[in-house]
Amino acid sequence: MCKPVLEFRDVSFSYGSQKPILDHLDMTIYDREFITIIGASGSGKSTMFRLITGLEIQSEGTVLINGENHQNRHGKVGYMPQQDLLMPWRTVMDNAALPLELSGISKKDAQKHILPLLDEFGLTGVENKFPGELSGGMKQRVSFLRSILTGSNVLLLDEPFSALDAITRLSMQEWLLEQWGKREKTILFITHDVNEALFLSDRIFVFQEAPVHKLQEVVVPLGRPRSLRDLNDPAVLKWKDELIEQLRGGVTL
Amino acid sequence: MKQYLPAAGLIVFLLLIWEAVARSINLLFILPSPSGVALKLWELKEVLLFDHLPSTLAIILIGLAISIVLGVGLAVWMNMSKIAERAFYPIIISSQMIPTIAIAPIFIMWFGYSIWSKVVVTVLITFFPITVSTFDGLKSSSKELRELLLAMGAGKKEIFFKLQVPSAKPYFYSGLKVAVTLSVIGAAIGEWLGAQAGLGYFSRRMMTQFDGAAVFAPIVLLSAVGIVLFVIVKVLEHKSLKWRKTE
Repeated sequence: MCKPVLEFRDVSFSYGSQKPILDHLDMTIYDREFITIIGASGSGKSTMFRLITGLEIQSEGTVLINGENHQNRHGKVGYMPQQDLLMPWRTVMDNAALPLELSGISKKDAQKHILPLLDEFGLTGVENKFPGELSGGMKQRVSFLRSILTGSNVLLLDEPFSALDAITRLSMQEWLLEQWGKREKTILFITHDVNEALFLSDRIFVFQEAPVHKLQEVVVPLGRPRSLRDLNDPAVLKWKDELIEQLRGGVTL
Repeated sequence: MKQYLPAAGLIVFLLLIWEAVARSINLLFILPSPSGVALKLWELKEVLLFDHLPSTLAIILIGLAISIVLGVGLAVWMNMSKIAERAFYPIIISSQMIPTIAIAPIFIMWFGYSIWSKVVVTVLITFFPITVSTFDGLKSSSKELRELLLAMGAGKKEIFFKLQVPSAKPYFYSGLKVAVTLSVIGAAIGEWLGAQAGLGYFSRRMMTQFDGAAVFAPIVLLSAVGIVLFVIVKVLEHKSLKWRKTE
């Protein structure tokens, strides 16, 4: 767990001439870590994802992915957006195949690659359905499968379960942890839900008000595997209260 | 089928009123009755179907084909180049301000009585909905999906084929549905102004002979052509956009 897979070195960013969002920020994320990012709306969480995916370019500093400073970071990490963003005209199979097609793999070979994964993702039997025929949880699983198939070891998940109902959300969290364990990926996960952050992550980064200079970091005091009951652990409850206060702009950690 | 019952009922009702009015006025050479038109259609079926319909259909299909190729081509070009958009878009819009009937005689002067004078009129009418709707469709693609594709490493070509083209398809079909109905009007206008065959030409010739039923008979056929073309586009749209049923 000591190999860094994602590093921000002295990174600054602002949208045009507006107030900076990130100000000389340093951050290191290690291989197979599950990191959750929480913070108020507009604090720069999604901007960080845009910087990592290369949709925005930092004004200063360096972003390293797997130790490399890429000129163009497009396609270097897997990205799962807040809304599932499945293409409504593509079937489940074709949506999942998108990153493989983009890397030059033929449709036929892509399908061969995806078929064995459908069962694990709970998508057997719906591979020829369109997104409009799927439930919210299923759509998110297709979206996650698509991000996995980018082949990158780093996955960015931007509030992926925020639109789901509470019960589906809990099942999806457990399912995600299972997949993360199996697939040996590093996950960066944005959420507003402190419980979700504590349940899923190794470390939690708290985004304060922009410009973000230093990330507040919480190491979750839970081992693995963990269950939802572990959230009742007194140490976890203490962190939960403090994080909620922190998000309210109250107590500093 | 049930959904069409109100429309069918209304049509039957209007035809009955027309029949009654035409019979009471009793000037059938000016206002023929629907039954008279139907009889005339039956009487002239061979001339209309085998001499004049193929000629009109050729104008419609060639005109539509040219409009689709030019319209889609120009829409793609405007989508790719801001300069092309700025140069062509205002011209395309202003081209619709020109009254087609007024300008059509020029095409007869340029191309004579050949099929091309009529094809040009048809293209002038049908080009607009196809170009504008396709262009709007290409522009309508989701910004979020575009960014997702970029984040996945997609280039301009992939974004065009995997995102913009599928996003534009419903718009294209909407434009095409308008264009096929307009194409019938374009062909008929062209034929009125100068032709040696065609349903529009036949209708106009019968007008000079004060044969009201024979004026209407080719118009009924023209309407049928428009409806059939519309249905064909609708079927193609349905097959090509299966996913829309699931939305």
